[in-house]
Amino acid sequence: MSMLNRRMFSAMTVALGLAATPLKAADVEVRFYYPVAVGGPVTKIIDDYAASFEKDHPGIKIKPVYAGDYVQTLGKALTAVKGGDSPELAILLAADLMTLTDDEAVIPFDDVLKSPADKAWINGFYPAFMENARVKGKTYGIPFQRSTPVLYWNKEMFKAAGLDPDQGPKNWDEMREFAKKLTKKDASGAVTQWGIEIPSDGNTLWLFTGLTTTNGVRLNNAEGDKVTIDHPKVAEALNYWYNLSKVDGAQPAGLINWGTTPRDFIEGRTAMIWHTTGNLTNVRTNAKFPFGVAFLPKNSQYGAPTGGGNFYMFKGISAEKQAAALAFVQWMTTPERAADWSIKTGYVATQPAAYDTPAMKAYTADFQQAIVARDQLQHAVPEVTVHDNQRVTKVFNDAVQAVITGSKTTEAALKDAQRDADRILKEFK
Amino acid sequence: MSPIWQQGLITRLLSTAAAWLLGLLWLLPLLFAAWAAFHSSANTARLDLLAPLTLDNFATAWSAAPFARYFLNTALLVTGILVAQFILCTLAAFAFARLPFRGREALFSLVLIQLIVAPDILLVENYRTIKWLGLVDTLPAIALPYLASAFGIFLLRQTFKTIPTELEDAARVEGCGWLGILWRVYVPLAKPIYLAYGLVSVSWHWNNFLWPLIITNSVETRPLTVGLSVFASLDQGIDWSIITAATLMTSGPLLIGFLLFQRQFVQSFIRAGIR
Amino acid sequence: MTYKPQTSITAWLLVMPAVALLGLFTHVPIVGSILHSFYSTDRPRRPSRFVGFDQYDAMFEDPIFWKALTNNLIYALGSVPFSIAIALAMALFVNERMAGRGLLRLAYFTPTVMPMIAVANIWIFFFTPDYGLIEQVAQALHLPAHNWLGSTNTALFCVTLVAVWKEAGFFMIFYLAALQQIPTDLKEAARLEGASGWAIFSQITFPLLMPTTLFIMINALINAFRVVDHIFVMTGGGPNNTTSVLLFRLYEIGFKYFDHGQAAALSVVLLVVLGLIALGQFLLFDRKVHYQ
Repeated sequence: MSMLNRRMFSAMTVALGLAATPLKAADVEVRFYYPVAVGGPVTKIIDDYAASFEKDHPGIKIKPVYAGDYVQTLGKALTAVKGGDSPELAILLAADLMTLTDDEAVIPFDDVLKSPADKAWINGFYPAFMENARVKGKTYGIPFQRSTPVLYWNKEMFKAAGLDPDQGPKNWDEMREFAKKLTKKDASGAVTQWGIEIPSDGNTLWLFTGLTTTNGVRLNNAEGDKVTIDHPKVAEALNYWYNLSKVDGAQPAGLINWGTTPRDFIEGRTAMIWHTTGNLTNVRTNAKFPFGVAFLPKNSQYGAPTGGGNFYMFKGISAEKQAAALAFVQWMTTPERAADWSIKTGYVATQPAAYDTPAMKAYTADFQQAIVARDQLQHAVPEVTVHDNQRVTKVFNDAVQAVITGSKTTEAALKDAQRDADRILKEFK
Repeated sequence: MSPIWQQGLITRLLSTAAAWLLGLLWLLPLLFAAWAAFHSSANTARLDLLAPLTLDNFATAWSAAPFARYFLNTALLVTGILVAQFILCTLAAFAFARLPFRGREALFSLVLIQLIVAPDILLVENYRTIKWLGLVDTLPAIALPYLASAFGIFLLRQTFKTIPTELEDAARVEGCGWLGILWRVYVPLAKPIYLAYGLVSVSWHWNNFLWPLIITNSVETRPLTVGLSVFASLDQGIDWSIITAATLMTSGPLLIGFLLFQRQFVQSFIRAGIR
Repeated sequence: MTYKPQTSITAWLLVMPAVALLGLFTHVPIVGSILHSFYSTDRPRRPSRFVGFDQYDAMFEDPIFWKALTNNLIYALGSVPFSIAIALAMALFVNERMAGRGLLRLAYFTPTVMPMIAVANIWIFFFTPDYGLIEQVAQALHLPAHNWLGSTNTALFCVTLVAVWKEAGFFMIFYLAALQQIPTDLKEAARLEGASGWAIFSQITFPLLMPTTLFIMINALINAFRVVDHIFVMTGGGPNNTTSVLLFRLYEIGFKYFDHGQAAALSVVLLVVLGLIALGQFLLFDRKVHYQ
C-alpha cells in the first residue's frame, strides 16, 4: 500500500471511529517499562495480560515498553525520569532498590494504598521477596517476576554415568564428584560432555551469591552500605567455583556465557547447569530428555539469592495515573495471575496463595520441578542490594571474572574488590 | 594496463589465491548469517549442510520485536539527515569557498574540529543539551548533532574551489544572484560528490548505534540498530537462527543498496579525487 | 582583501545554520565537558558543587580507568597498522585485472556496509567455545580448545580483529582512488628498465600513496577511539575490563551509573587524546602534503 493510500485509509478509519463511538473521556495511559530476562515468548504473554486488563478496566490503557535486559531497562527508566518524562511503572531488579530510592525516582506503594484490602494485598507476598523491597519500613517494590537459581540436571546422563537419576547432588562434595564422573572426553582428549556449567559472564554476582550463601556468609548488610568481599568463606566459595574447571576439568575454562548455558544443557553438551528457575519453561519445552531441578547444593547450609524484578512506581505522576497504575499492579499480582505467570515462564509465584490455586495445583501435580524454587525460598536471602548497586555489582563481577579467567589470584582479586567497593560506598555511610 | 606484479604465472596465481582467500574470510560472517538464518537453530551448532531450509526464523524474528516500526524510524532518520546535510553543508561550503568575508579561514578551522571530535565522543554533554531542548526520545534528537557535517562541508568546499570562476562570471552576467549561481553552476557540477557523500552518510547513519541508544527510550523512536541490540540481549538461550535472521533483516537494505550502487560508489569516490 | 558588506552578510547567513549547529553540538559540549569536570555529580540530596580536581583524582585512582586507557592504546596500535596493510593489499588486488575482481571488491567492502551491532552477533558465534566456528575448525585440526571471548588474554585481540575486519574495506576505497591517480607511464618506464614488481611497488607506488596512507592512518586512529559498538554485544567490556575502552567506559559511567562529574572528566581525557592525534596530523601532514 503506498504512503498516500495508507494515510487515506487511516484517516477514513479515524473519521468512522469518531463518528461511530460517542466521545469518551480521555483514557488514562499507564506506560510500563519491562525487561525480558528469561526464555520464551514473554512479550506476547505481557501483551495478552495488558489486553485482558484493559478489558476489565475500560478507561485505562496499558502501554508495555520493552526496553532490553534489566540493566538497559533501568538505564532507560532513570533516563526518562531525569528527562522529566517518567513512565508510570517499570519492572526493575529488586536489587536496584537503593539506586532508585537514592535518586528519589520512585514512590512507596504505601502512599498510594487506600483500602484495607489494599493493605492485605501488600502483605500477601513471600517475606523472602519483600526483604529487598523495603527501605526504612516503606514498600517500594511489588514482587512480580522473581526467581532463584537452581541446579538443573540431565537424568539420562546421570543414569549413564552410574548415578541415581532421581537425586541431584545434595552438597558441594557431591556436586564435584558427580561433575567429574559426568565429564566425557573423546579419543583426542577434547571434552564432548561437561559435568557442570555455572555461567560467569552475566549475573555473575547472583550465581556467586548462591555459592557464598551455601557456604554460610552474607555479602552485604541490610542498610546496603557495607559489603563483605575479602573474607575466607568468600574466598573458599570462589576457589570452589574456579577449581571445577582448573582442577577437576569438569567445567569449561574461562568465562561461561549466561545466554548459551541453557542451550548447552538442552543440546546435551553439559550434564548439570546452574541457572535461573525462570528458564524452567524454556528447558521443559525444548529438552528432549527427563531432567531434574534441585536446590543449590549446600556446604554448611542451604541457601540461594532471590532475584528478578519488582514493580516500581515512579515519582511525579498524577494521582489519577497512580490509581490506574496501582490497579494494574494489583491485577497483575492476584494469586491467579501470579500462578499463571509462573506456569507460563517458570518464575516463582510470588505469593503462597498462588500455589493453592487450582491451576497451580494441577500444574505441579505432574511437574514437581516447578516447586523446587518455591521450596528453596525458606533458605533464600535477598541478592546483594546496596547503594550505587550497579557499580558495586561490577566490582564483584570483575573480581570473580578475574579469578575464573586465571588472571588474578583469589586473594588479590578479593582484596582489590573490597577496597574498590569500600571506596564506592564511602559516601553513603 | 598491465598488472603491477609482472613476474610470471606463479606470482599471479599466488596473489589471486591470496586475494580470494582474503575475500572468503571477509565474507565469512555474512555467508554464515545467510546460512543460519534459513536453517533451524538445531542445525546451527552442528553446521549440518544438508539440513532443510526454512523461513520460520524470519517470521519469528519479525514478530518478536516491532521491526516494521524500526525500519520506518531508520528510513525517516537517514533521509532527514541526508536532506538537511545537503542543504546546510552546501550553503556553508559555498560561502567558505567563494565568498570572501572576515574571519573566514578562522571559522573554517573551527568547523574542521568536528573531523577530529565527533558528536559521539561528546555524548554525555550532547545528551544534556538535548534534554535542555526538551527533545529527548525524538527522531530529530538523534539527527541534530550530525546535521552540520564538517566532512560534508570540507568535501563540498574542496569541490567548489575546483570549479572555474569563468562559469560563475557567465552566470552573473545572466543576472544571477549568489543563490542562483550556487544552484545553477556549483551544485550540478558537484553531483559525484553529492552521490559519494550521500552513500557514506546513509550507510553511516543507518548503522549508528551508541548515540541513538542513549537518546531514545521507546519503540516509536528507536532505529534498527538499537532495536536489534535490545532484541538480541535477551538473557535466555541465544537462538542463533533468529538472531542471524534479524541481523540480515537489519542490514539487508544497505547490502542491497550497495549491491546496486557499488559501481557508482567507487567511481564517484575516484572521480571526486578523494585522496 | 576588500570585504564587501553585502557579500559578508550573505556569507554569514549562508554559514550560520551549519555553524550554529556545529557550535551547539561540538564546540559547546567541549567547553561544557571541561567545565563540568570540576563539579560533583548532581544528586537529589546533594546538588552539584565545585570540587576542583576531585573528579580527576578519583578517576586516576580508578584502576578501571587505566585499564580502559591501556586497552584503547593497544586496540589502536593493533588495529591501525593491520587495517592499513590489509586495505592496501585489497586495493592492489582489486586494481589489477584479476579474475573475479568485482566480486572481490564486493566481498572486501561488505563489512563496512553492515551495522556493527549486527555483525558482532555473528562474530560471537564464531568465537563461542566448543561449537563456535573457530573452535570447530580447531577441533578438526586437533588444536587445543580455547575460550576466545572469555579469556582475559585473548578477548581484546578478538575485539581488535573484528574492528580490522570492519574497517579495512572502507580504507581500501581510498587506496583504490589513489592508485588510479598514479600515472601509468611511471610504472611502464620502470618496467622497461627491468625493475621487479616489488621494486616498482616499494619505490614508486608506495611513496606516491603516502598522503593517502597518512590520511587513512589519522582516520583509523580516530576511529579506534570511536568504534565501540561491537564491544557492547561481544564482551560488555569484560572479562574483567580487558575489553573496556575509553568511550565504552564513558557510556558506563555516564549512562549506567549516572555519575556525570566523572563522565565529564573522562570526556576531557578523550578530548585530550584526540587533540594529540590532531596535533600529530598537523605536524605530519602539513609537512608532506599540500592542501588547497
